[in-house]
Amino acid sequence: MIKDMNDKFTIAGADFCSRLIVGTGKYRDFEQTARAVEASGAEIVTVALRRVNVTDPGQPMLMDYLDPKKYTYLPNTAGCFSADEAVRTLRLAREAGGWKLVKLEVLGDQKTLYPNMVETLQATETLIGDGFEVMVYCSDDPIMARRLEDLGCCAIMPLGGPIGSGLGIQNPVQIRLIIEQANVPVLVDAGVGTASDAAVAMELGCDGVLMNTAIAEAKDPIAMARAMKLAVQAGRTAYFAGRMPKKLYADPSSPLGGLI
Amino acid sequence: MIEITLNGDRREIAADQTVTDLLQDLKLDPARVAVERNLEIIPKTTYQNVKLLSGDRLEIVYFIGGGS
Repeated sequence: MIKDMNDKFTIAGADFCSRLIVGTGKYRDFEQTARAVEASGAEIVTVALRRVNVTDPGQPMLMDYLDPKKYTYLPNTAGCFSADEAVRTLRLAREAGGWKLVKLEVLGDQKTLYPNMVETLQATETLIGDGFEVMVYCSDDPIMARRLEDLGCCAIMPLGGPIGSGLGIQNPVQIRLIIEQANVPVLVDAGVGTASDAAVAMELGCDGVLMNTAIAEAKDPIAMARAMKLAVQAGRTAYFAGRMPKKLYADPSSPLGGLI
Repeated sequence: MIEITLNGDRREIAADQTVTDLLQDLKLDPARVAVERNLEIIPKTTYQNVKLLSGDRLEIVYFIGGGS
């Protein structure tokens, strides 16, 4: 393992061992959710806030399957299309759970779920003024990323591809630029489709990866969760190991001296 | 009886009910939800004292599975 215990992942002052954050949506049932999260080794899980079904309040709850004492619940604002909606949602989330660490995402378009950065900046300012620790889903624009860091975000989370698309890391250059300038953790949020995508993100130097669909919509979500755990670890280790330079022509691996 | 709007639906409840009473009727654990009245969050610590009024618009929310 990479420098083992020394390679802690710190967000807003809290240390984590796993650099994989997983969403808890789109699973067949809560049992599968819990098993996939367990297999992924994730310590932080994103959750959504929705109306209680008051006509059938006895239904099982996520918290019955994922203990908030064991996992760090990261409330998100998925589905919010304005700064006001996002701020309202996260204030309610803070009251429901008592957590200051949140994931902000303000979407701009139904078809691409691309972030609306104008609304995102506005919501960030309000939330930070209100005492929240904000991990922010954002575009891959290094100028926007710097602005969000200047506003006080505790993690910058550019998309590697559209949410739920599984297209992989479409923008390695932009992600790399954001990583180089950032003084807070940078995580790829969205776009990962399979384990090699997670490894690519980590090899670029990302501090972590956030994903949901790649695990939940795999044929075997539990096996894919385990693959993602290993890929994130492998990518991180490779990043520190330092890859060999790419060459145009072959270079024999066996010595040429002593050939018969 | 008074009429309130709960999570978008009209509902009749007894007059003089507190938030705690309502949550009990709904069999909801106060520790696991947040309650908003007329767009203002009601702090958990005050559920016992806050009485619901006719015309109140309440939202009761909780955490569900969700990703990005």
